[in-house]
Amino acid sequence: MSLFVDSSTPASPAGAPAAVPTPVDPHGPLLTVSGLNVGFVPSGRGAGRSPKPVVKDVSLQLRKGRCLALVGESGSGKSVTARTLVGLPGTGAVVEAQELRFAGTELTGLGEREWRSLRGARIGFVLQDALVSLDPLRSVGSEIEEALASHGWGTARSRAARAVELLDAVGVPEPARRAKQRPGELSGGQRQRALIASAVALEPELLIADEPTTALDVTVQAQVLGLFGELKAKGTSLLLISHDLSVVAQLADDIAVMQGGVIVEQGPAERILGAPEHPYTRRLLAAVPGAHTRGRRLSDAPLPSTAAWSERRASDAANAGTGVVLEASGLRKDFRTPSGLVHRAVDGVSFRLGRGRTLGIVGESGSGKSTTARMVLGLTEPDAGEVRLAGQRFSGVPERSRRAARHALGVVQQDPLSSFDPRWNVRRILRDALPKGVSRVEATRRVDELLQLVALPASVADRFPLALSGGQRQRVSIARALAAEPEVIVLDEAVSALDVSVQAQVLDLLVFLRGELGLSYLFISHDLGVISHLCDDVLVMKDGRVVETGSVEDIFERPQHPYTIELIGAEASSHRTAIGSQDHLDTAENQDPTA
Amino acid sequence: MSTETVDSPPSGRIERDRPSRQRALTRIAARPGLILATVFAALFVLAALAPGALTRTDPMALDLGHSLAAPSLAHPFGTDEQGRDLFARVVHGTRLSLGIGLGAAAVSLALAVVLGSVASLGPRWLRAVVSRLIEIQFAFPTLLLALLLVAITGPSAVTQVFAVAIGTAPGYARMIRGQILQAKGSAYVEAALALGHPQGAIVRRHVLPNAVRPLVSVFAMSIGQSIVWASSLAFLGLGVAPPSPEWGALLDAGRLYIVHAPWLTVVPGLVIVVLAVVATTLGNHLRLALERGER
Repeated sequence: MSLFVDSSTPASPAGAPAAVPTPVDPHGPLLTVSGLNVGFVPSGRGAGRSPKPVVKDVSLQLRKGRCLALVGESGSGKSVTARTLVGLPGTGAVVEAQELRFAGTELTGLGEREWRSLRGARIGFVLQDALVSLDPLRSVGSEIEEALASHGWGTARSRAARAVELLDAVGVPEPARRAKQRPGELSGGQRQRALIASAVALEPELLIADEPTTALDVTVQAQVLGLFGELKAKGTSLLLISHDLSVVAQLADDIAVMQGGVIVEQGPAERILGAPEHPYTRRLLAAVPGAHTRGRRLSDAPLPSTAAWSERRASDAANAGTGVVLEASGLRKDFRTPSGLVHRAVDGVSFRLGRGRTLGIVGESGSGKSTTARMVLGLTEPDAGEVRLAGQRFSGVPERSRRAARHALGVVQQDPLSSFDPRWNVRRILRDALPKGVSRVEATRRVDELLQLVALPASVADRFPLALSGGQRQRVSIARALAAEPEVIVLDEAVSALDVSVQAQVLDLLVFLRGELGLSYLFISHDLGVISHLCDDVLVMKDGRVVETGSVEDIFERPQHPYTIELIGAEASSHRTAIGSQDHLDTAENQDPTA
Repeated sequence: MSTETVDSPPSGRIERDRPSRQRALTRIAARPGLILATVFAALFVLAALAPGALTRTDPMALDLGHSLAAPSLAHPFGTDEQGRDLFARVVHGTRLSLGIGLGAAAVSLALAVVLGSVASLGPRWLRAVVSRLIEIQFAFPTLLLALLLVAITGPSAVTQVFAVAIGTAPGYARMIRGQILQAKGSAYVEAALALGHPQGAIVRRHVLPNAVRPLVSVFAMSIGQSIVWASSLAFLGLGVAPPSPEWGALLDAGRLYIVHAPWLTVVPGLVIVVLAVVATTLGNHLRLALERGER
C-alpha cells in the first residue's frame, strides 16, 4: 500500500500557504539555500552585543527525491542549519540569507503563521530523541492525529484511521493497538517510527531529519534507514543531519561536510566518501573505526610519553607472562520487576580474558552486557556462577577480602562526568585512586605522570570535570582507571558518547596504552565498528545470553548465529559499500607503533 | 584547524562567561536585596546580643499615662495597654524569638539528618521502619503534634523549640533521605567502590558531603520558617506567655486591641515577616553561591 503518494487522501492544508508559490521548474531544486548566516545574540546583560555567528555562509541545494546529508560533529552548526529551515532557529537567533527558497517560496521573513502552514504540511521535521519529542501523557496515535488536525486534515474519525495507517506504513507492529499506547510503552525504535509517522503524515515534499537514528540500536537503525529509503524512492526529498558517516553512506546522494559553521566540502556522496579533498573530511573518514582500521591509528593527535611510567611497569610486564587474567563462568543474574516477575538479565555468561588481550562484548540495549560488567567489577553479586581475577575468586567473597584485589581491575564508565564527584577537581580525583600508602609528594608526582600518560596537560589537574570537554573527561577517567596500576580495565561504552574524531583519539590512546602497559581490556560496546577495530575476541549477547563467541575475524567474517548475521549485516552494509578501506591518512606516519 | 576545535572544553561558557557576564548579572541584580537582607540581619543580631545598644527604654517599664499611644517620635512603635514601649519590647524580644527559631531549626535539622541517614543508610529493616515513621509523621498535622507536646509538658520556650522541630523535621528528613539515596546510587560512588575504597570512607567522603551540601541553604531558610511557626504557637498560647516580649506573645497580647491600637499586632507581625524574608533571602544567596562554587 503506497501510503505516501496516495492521491485519494487530500493532503492540502486548510490554511493555504500565504505566499502563493510561483510555478516551479520540476527539474529545479526543491530547496535552495545560499549565503545563510545564523548568529545568536548573547542573552541577558550581553544583549546589544553583536551576534555570535554559528552558521557562516552556508549554501545548499536539494532536488526532489534526493537525499542531502549534512555531516559534522557537535558544535559544527548542522542542527542550527536544519532548524533554521523549519523556522525554528532558537531564541536570540539572527538569520540572514541571500536566498532561502523552498518550492518557489522565499522563506526569509516569513511570519509565524506562514511558517506553521509550511511546517508539518510541506516540510516534515524528525528530531533525534523520540522520547523527549513525544508528549509522554498522550498516545502516539493522538500525536499523529494532531499533526493532521492542525492542518485541517479530514475528520476526527478519518484522522484516527489515518494514524493507524501511517503507523502501519512506517512498520510499527500491531498499529491499531500501538496507536492507543503512550510513548513510554513503546520501544525506542517504535517511538522513532511513530515520530517519523507524524512527520510524514501530510506527505511533505521535504523531510528534515536531525540525527534520526543516533539513539537507536543497529538493527533498529537499519530498519529506520530502510524506511527513509522507501520515502525517498517515493519522491520525498530528505535533508539528513548526522555525525555518523555510516548512516550517511547508506542514504545520501550528496554530502555537505560542516565544521565550525562552515561547509568545508560538498559534493556527490561517492566522491566525498571515496575521494575526499578537504583535510577535515579526510580526517573524519579516517577516524571511523572498523575491521579495516585494525592496527592503524585513527587520528593524528600526538601520543603521550610513557618514559617515567614504563620504568615502573617494566618489571611487571616482564614477569606477567601470558595466561588467563580474568575468567567468568556461568554468570547469572535475575532482577525482580515491580510487578513481581523475575527478569533474567544475564543467563549463563562465561568467558576468559587472556593477558594483554581485548575481549569485546557486543549487544543491543537490554542484552545484559552492562549487568555482566557490573558483576565482573564486583558491584553486583551474581546469582550463580563466579568471577575469577588472576586465578583468585573475585565474586561471592566478602567485600573486605575482595577489596585488596580491586586494584587489579580498573573501570571506565560510559558517562565520565557523572562518574566524578562534582566537588572534586581532577587532582583530587586521581590522587584518590592511587594505591594506599603513597606519600603526598609521591602522589603529586604520580598525578602529573597519569595526566601525561593520557596526553593531558598538567594544568588540567586543577580544573573541575565540568569545565573539561567530553574527550578530556574520558581521558581523566582512563587516567583514574590506570592510577592503581590495574591488569584489566573494564570499559563500558567508554567511547560511545564521543564525537567520531574525539573517539578516534581515545581509541588510539587505548590501543597505545594496551601495548605499552600490557593491559587487558574487557570492552563493552554496541558499536561494531569500534569492537572490530579494537578487540581480539568477541562475545555477542542477546537477551542475557551469549549467542556466539569467537575471534574478531570469525565473528565478523564468518558469523554463524542468525542474530550475529543480522547485527553485522545491519552495520557492515554501509562500511563496505561506501567507506571502504582507503587510507585517508598518510599511512607512513600513522602506523601503530605498538602493532 | 586543529583537532582541538572539535573537542574544546566548555570553558567558553563556564569559565570565561560565567564570572564576567552571568556572575556580574546576578551580582548586580541581587545586590539591593542582598544588601538590605544583610543590614536587617545585622540589626537582628545586634538586637539579640545587645538590645541596650538599640534602646535605653526598659521593655517592662509601665507608664499608664501613655497607654495605647500611637507611634510617635518618643515611642516609634507606639505603646501597649500598660504604656510599655513597643519598640523596646520588640528589640528585647529578639533574643528569645531568634533563639527559639534558631534552636528549633537546629534541632529540626539534627533530627532530620539522623532520621534521613538511618532511613537511607541503615540496615534494610531499619530503613523501612524509619522511612514509614517519617511518612506518618509527615502526614500528621504539626499543630496537633505541638498541642500534644504542650499538653504533656506545659507551655514554655523549650516546648516551643521541640514542638516546631518535631513538626518540621520529617520534611527535611525526607529531603535528606532522597539526597543520600541519589548520591549512593551515583556513578562516582560506584567508581569509588570499584577502586576498592571501604564503604565507611565512601559514605564519609562522597555520600554525606554531596547530600548535605544543598542543605546548608535549606537550614538558613528553615530559620525563617521556624520563627513563623514558633510565633504561631506563642500566639495561640502554646509557648512563651504574654508579659514576655517574645514576638508571638506580643501578637497574642495585642490581639485584644486590634481595633483601637492596630500597631500592637501589625508591628510584631511585620517584624516576623521581615525576619522570615531576610533568612530566606540569605539562604537563597547561600545556595546560589554554593552552586557557583560547584562549577
